[in-house]
Amino acid sequence: MTEQATGAHHPQPRPRSGGQQSAPEHVTGAQSLIRSLEEVGAETVFGIPGGAILPAYDPLMDSTRVRHVLVRHEQGAGHAATGYAQATGKVGVCMATSGPGATNLVTPIADAHMDSVPLVAITGQVASKAIGTDAFQEADIVGITMPVTKHNFLVTRAEDIPRTIAEAFHIASTGRPGPVLVDIAKDALQARTTFQWPPVQDLPGYRPVTKPHAKQIREAAKLLSQAKRPVLYVGGGVIKARATAELKVLAELTGAPVTTTLMALGAFPDSHPLHVGMPGMHGSVTAVTALQKADLIVALGARFDDRVTGKLDSFAPFAKIVHADIDPAEIGKNRAADVPIVGDAREVIADLVQAVQKEHSEGNAGDYTAWWSDLNRWRETYPLGYEQPDNGQLSPQQVIERIGQLAPEGTIFAAGVGQHQMWAAHYIQYEKPSTWLNSGGAGTMGYAVPAAMGAKAGQPDRTVWAVDGDGCFQMTNQELTTCALNNIPIKVAIINNGALGMVRQWQTLFYNQRYSNTVLHSGPDADGKQPSAGTRVPDFVKLSEAMGCHAIRCESPDDLDKVIEEANAINDRPVVVDFIVHEDAMVWPMVAAGTSNDEVMFARDVRPDFGDNEDD
Amino acid sequence: MSKHTLSVLVENKPGVLARITALFSRRGFNIDSLAVGVTEHPEISRITIVVNVIEELPLEQVTKQLNKLVNVLKIVELEPGSAVQRELVLVKVRADNETRSQIVEIVQLFRAKTVDVSPEAVTIEATGGADKLEAMLKMLEPFGIKELVQSGTIAIGRGARSITDRSLRALDRSA
Repeated sequence: MTEQATGAHHPQPRPRSGGQQSAPEHVTGAQSLIRSLEEVGAETVFGIPGGAILPAYDPLMDSTRVRHVLVRHEQGAGHAATGYAQATGKVGVCMATSGPGATNLVTPIADAHMDSVPLVAITGQVASKAIGTDAFQEADIVGITMPVTKHNFLVTRAEDIPRTIAEAFHIASTGRPGPVLVDIAKDALQARTTFQWPPVQDLPGYRPVTKPHAKQIREAAKLLSQAKRPVLYVGGGVIKARATAELKVLAELTGAPVTTTLMALGAFPDSHPLHVGMPGMHGSVTAVTALQKADLIVALGARFDDRVTGKLDSFAPFAKIVHADIDPAEIGKNRAADVPIVGDAREVIADLVQAVQKEHSEGNAGDYTAWWSDLNRWRETYPLGYEQPDNGQLSPQQVIERIGQLAPEGTIFAAGVGQHQMWAAHYIQYEKPSTWLNSGGAGTMGYAVPAAMGAKAGQPDRTVWAVDGDGCFQMTNQELTTCALNNIPIKVAIINNGALGMVRQWQTLFYNQRYSNTVLHSGPDADGKQPSAGTRVPDFVKLSEAMGCHAIRCESPDDLDKVIEEANAINDRPVVVDFIVHEDAMVWPMVAAGTSNDEVMFARDVRPDFGDNEDD
Repeated sequence: MSKHTLSVLVENKPGVLARITALFSRRGFNIDSLAVGVTEHPEISRITIVVNVIEELPLEQVTKQLNKLVNVLKIVELEPGSAVQRELVLVKVRADNETRSQIVEIVQLFRAKTVDVSPEAVTIEATGGADKLEAMLKMLEPFGIKELVQSGTIAIGRGARSITDRSLRALDRSA
């Protein structure tokens, strides 16, 4: 990905009115659908056919411009489309049939909605005359997905297909991106129609604002130059708007510390001296504390999520808030904004750079020297770190850290949800945008394998590692078969501690070490007292081999690098490494749920000393 | 708790009402009354929503979320002082030869109408603001209310300005 800090408006297709249309083609609705997908630039579609969508699969077979990847479960298709979108910045596309095919897409659609991923889901629907009759494989998927889509459509007439597809892609990819579902009745796919491109779009109520208000930008720049303790709080919107080059200019111009949320890892280089880490429940002590002590927070494409703020009424009590987001509804939703800015992050940051330059030229540069001496002291005293298990087992943090260090340049990482996700956020260095994919808002276990598949399909020349837990892996590993059969050679690291690790961590801390239903591999022959030494049911090596993968087990720190290098060297099929790791490792730092970020714990029973009571 | 009246102009398409009402319940707001009908432009429907707002959930959040719905063209909050608000009530009141004339007198006081009469009952049609209708129903209650049906509030701003003008222009532009 090339980056340029031009501040140029990135292209946003506008609804067309008239213009040159292609000559009409006499086609079926199904052909019209595939032609529309071709015209809109959908190169890869993940899906599974079934009765109601069947007409669409016939012309799909002949398309040379749309590649269809046959997945094993619709959930895999949805997350793959998300991974594809996250890794390429293009709209991800998934396809399923009516009824259960469509309802299996609900989780990935909800996931994409929470993380603002541009996604178009196309589902078959029973014939229009049968809608509402409880027909075979009928589900009201438009009704079901209404709360978890940016918008959705039911198409019952063949002539509406091109316009609807064009509108769906336009809505999914502009403004705050999000998933759009298009449900097409079977008779509309079968009917004769004419196809013409581009269709006339009709979206009178859809007008996303991208250009920020100049007065608010000036006000934000003024606050930045007056502040003593500012923080740039960067969210996923900065990656979506491709504003990372602009962000770097702004950060270096102001000298303000930068914190990137879980959704924004890679938006600002982890190695940059101005980067103070990730905020939130498992954020770095420095980032969490910087926000708590800040006198100004400039939020860019971030939404003050509860995992970032902790107990909201004690979050950043001294800070004035500049809140820039493309979605007006996010501004003031959780935290009142002193300076609200509605706009595309790239335009906002580019304008901010100019406004700050003007402040500087008038001699109003902010002085953050004292602030940086605090920040640097916290950084030195409370770095991220972990201890090696004393029983000689693998440390999960070390496994993930070494995968990151040994990965080729440009590697994309996808994580599941849980402890391994937080360790992958902490111990892999992210230097470039769109190299870190995860389920941030929804927290969807099972995201990693299919998302990595989608990312690899979209970026075939890049190495893609899925960092997964043994719990997550058991939810969606069937897509390894898809990877093996479709030449999508991803690499999967199973961080196998034999337990639902994050839940187990909470049981350790808050439920008196009563491990109710978190040991995954206990059975008649294993009591579950040491989960990582469980029954090996299922045997992930055999399971992966059965799905056409190269599979390795790694149990000793001595083998770690050798195994990772072996995995990195294989590119003709998927690789799965079953890393048997210590089960008592915990994610630190941590702000316990429902408590204030002032109560951030550096390690168990260790609360940082911020010198609150210092007199000297 | 305070009541607010929202006029929401939407595209006249299937499923739009469901999108709007579901959004209110999803975001934790209670709809007090709801009325829907087509406007002077057949492609635009107007939904009048009276919503109860509690302090912790400001109305601004729900209007911003409503604005994000693709089929929503415009949202206007109508202030009671600068808008006319009306509800329609049909009420069936127990009536016999002794009480009928008293009931008719109440009907006249409130400028309501008797729309059906039978030996045991009178059906009354009344329009007005919520306060007036409440007062009328209170007067009728002692006679025995057999059945009551109320419409949602509809409201329109006072003066010459129209809230549909500019929304229609948006429709024209896209065509």
